[in-house]
Amino acid sequence: MAPIIPTPPVKLPATFQPSYNGTANLPNDVLHKIATQCRLDALEMIYTAESGHPGSSFSCLDILTYLYCSHLRHDAHQPTWSDRDRFVLSKGHAAPALYAILMETGYIDKALKPTLRQVHSKLQGHPASQYISGVDVSTGSLGQGLSCAVGMALGLRLDDSPARVWTVLGDGECQEGNTWEAVMSAAHHKVNNLTAIVDRNRLQIDGSTEAVKGLGNMAKKFDSFDWNVLEIDATSFDEIRSACQKADELAKTTDRPTVIIANTVKGRGVSFMENQAGWHGKAPNTSEYEAAVAELQALLK
Amino acid sequence: MGATVQASSPAVLNEPINIESPKKHAPRVMFGETLVALGHENPNIVVLDADLACSTQTAKFAKAFPNRFFNQGIAEQDLMNTAAGLATVGKIPFLSTFAMFASGKAWEPLRNTVCYSNLNVKIAPTHSGISLGEDGASHQSIEDIAITRVIPYLTVIVPSDSTETQAVIEWAAETYGPMYIRLIRPDVPVIHRKDDYVFEPYKLRVERAGTDLTIVATGETVYFALLAANRLAEQGINVEVLNALFIAPFDVEGMVASAKKTGKVLTVESHSVIGGLGGVVCETLSEHCPTPVKRLGVQAGRFGQSGKAVDLFREYGIDAQAIEEAVVAWVKG
Ligand SMILES: Cc1ncc(C[n+]2csc(CCOP(=O)(O)OP(=O)(O)O)c2C)c(N)n1
Ligand SMILES: [Mg+2]
Repeated sequence: MAPIIPTPPVKLPATFQPSYNGTANLPNDVLHKIATQCRLDALEMIYTAESGHPGSSFSCLDILTYLYCSHLRHDAHQPTWSDRDRFVLSKGHAAPALYAILMETGYIDKALKPTLRQVHSKLQGHPASQYISGVDVSTGSLGQGLSCAVGMALGLRLDDSPARVWTVLGDGECQEGNTWEAVMSAAHHKVNNLTAIVDRNRLQIDGSTEAVKGLGNMAKKFDSFDWNVLEIDATSFDEIRSACQKADELAKTTDRPTVIIANTVKGRGVSFMENQAGWHGKAPNTSEYEAAVAELQALLK
Repeated sequence: MGATVQASSPAVLNEPINIESPKKHAPRVMFGETLVALGHENPNIVVLDADLACSTQTAKFAKAFPNRFFNQGIAEQDLMNTAAGLATVGKIPFLSTFAMFASGKAWEPLRNTVCYSNLNVKIAPTHSGISLGEDGASHQSIEDIAITRVIPYLTVIVPSDSTETQAVIEWAAETYGPMYIRLIRPDVPVIHRKDDYVFEPYKLRVERAGTDLTIVATGETVYFALLAANRLAEQGINVEVLNALFIAPFDVEGMVASAKKTGKVLTVESHSVIGGLGGVVCETLSEHCPTPVKRLGVQAGRFGQSGKAVDLFREYGIDAQAIEEAVVAWVKG
C-alpha cells in the first residue's frame, strides 16, 4: 500500500472568493445557518466514516463558525500569509468541526467529505498539519495545543506581527498538566496576543468533568494565574461576538493573555445528543443519522 | 559544509591531535558559543530552556539575545510544544535541558507535535548517557537514542567532540527538519582538528581504516575506540573505527561496506545496548549483511548510578581498556 505523503493544499480556482473571513461582519442568522450546515457536514463525515466525535464537534461549532466567518483575519487564497491570525484546535478530536469550517471557508474541498478517517485521506482522525493547509500544527494528544499557541504568539510578537493567536481547549483537557504549564508560560511571557477559549461543556469521555476530576471554578483558576478572564453563554452568538471583540480590546490594553470560559452544550443542535457523554465519540447508526439530519435541516429552514 | 557562520573556535580545536594525550574541550560550551554566533547571523534563531540554562550553556545566548530566549521554567512538555509553536511561525528554535527530560518527559510532544507536524525544531539536550556522573541514574539517559531514533522524520545526531558539535549545530541551523542532537556534560578529548575537519551529514565517518574488526562507536566513546585501536595495533590487531555521528537516518551502505571487509563488528555507546547504536547496527546488518556483532554499553537490566565519569566508563565496560579486552578476546579467542 502506498504510504500517505504530504499533498499540496487544495488548488482554488482564481475566481474563488472565500465565503467568509474576518472582514465579514455576519449577522446571527447567517452565522446560525453556517454553523448548522457545518454540523450537517461534520455529521455526514462521521456517519460515512462510522467513527468520529459528534458531541465534541457540535459543542465548539458555533465558536469555530464565529471565529472563521466573522473574526479571524485569514484568507484561504493565502494559507501561508505571515500576518494571518492563527488558530489551534487543541481539542483535536473535534476535527470534523474544523474540517467542516475549513470547507466552508475554502481551505478544504468538500469533495473530500467521504474520505474522513480513510486510508490515504488528508482528513485524518485528528488534524494533521502536513496534509491540510490552514492547520499549522497537528493536535490530537490533549494538553499540547495551548503551549503551541503560546509559541506562535511569542514568535509573532518577535516579528511585530499584528496577527493574533486563538485556541480552543476542551474542559476535560484542562486536567492535563501541560495545559497549566502553558497557562503559567503565557502569563509569564505576557503574550497578550493570545486568546484561549475553553469549551466548557462539563462533559468528557467517562462522564461529567466534575465527577471524573473536578475542574471547579475555571474562571477563578485562570484569574489566579494572571489571565484576563471572560465567561459567556456560548450558545449565544451575541455573547461569543462580544467576548471575542472584548478579547481583541484586552490584547491592546493589557499585557495579559485572555481566556474565554465558554459555557457550551456538548452535542448541540441534535436533541438526543445534547448533554450526553455517550455521544462524545460515537458515530450514529442509520436511523440516528436520519433523525439528526432531519433536526438540523429543520433549523436551516 | 556550507555554514555561513563561523563561531570563533578556541585554539584547542586547531591543534594537532595526539590520541594518547589529547587536549580537552566541553562540547556543551561549544554548543552555547555556536548558538551565540548563529544568533548574530540569523534573527530567526530562538532558544528555549527549562531552568537549566547555566548547565546546558544556553545562558550565553540568553545574555546576548534576551528577547529571543525563553525560559519555560521546569516544564519540559511546555518547552517542547512552545518550541513547536515558534517553529510554525518561521522561527528556528533550539531547545535544551537534560537529555533525560527532553527525551523522556517531553517524548510525546516531541513525537506528536514536533515530528508529526515536521517542524523545524532542534532539540539539543546536554548531560546524556552515564558521563554526567554524580547525579546518578535518575538523570542518566541511557534510553534516549532508542526512543528518539524510532520517531519518523527525526534526525538523531551524536557528536563526538567539540569540533563536531560546532559543525553539527551550524548545519542544523541551516537544514530544515526536526533534529535530536545528543550532547554531554564533561570536557572530552578533541579528536577532530577544526582546520581539516570535513563534515559529511548522514555518513558513518571512518576515523581509522582497518581490516580485522570494525568498532562502531558514537559520541564520547569514539575517543575510547581510537585509543583502544592504538593499543590493539601494538598487538598486531588492525581495527577499523567508525564514528556513528548520525544514528537516524543510519548509513546502511557505510555499515555494510565495513562489515563486509572485517566480518566482525563491535558497538560502543554510553547508552543501553538495547535499542541504541547496538540496536541499529544489529538491525542493519542482520537484514543487509549478517555479521557477528558484540555490543558494549549499559547491559540489559541495569540502570546507571552515581560516580565519576571515568569510574562509570570502567564499571559499565565502555572505556578503552574494556574495548581492547573485548577485541582481543574476540579476535584471538
Ligand atoms: C493525552 C490524551 N489523553 C487521552 C485522550 C483520549 N481522549 C480523547 S477526547 C477525551 C476527552 C476530552 O474531553 P474534553 O476535553 O472535555 O473535550 P470535549 O468534551 O469537548 O469533547 C479523551 C480523554 C487524548 N486524545 N489525549
Ligand atoms: Mg468537555
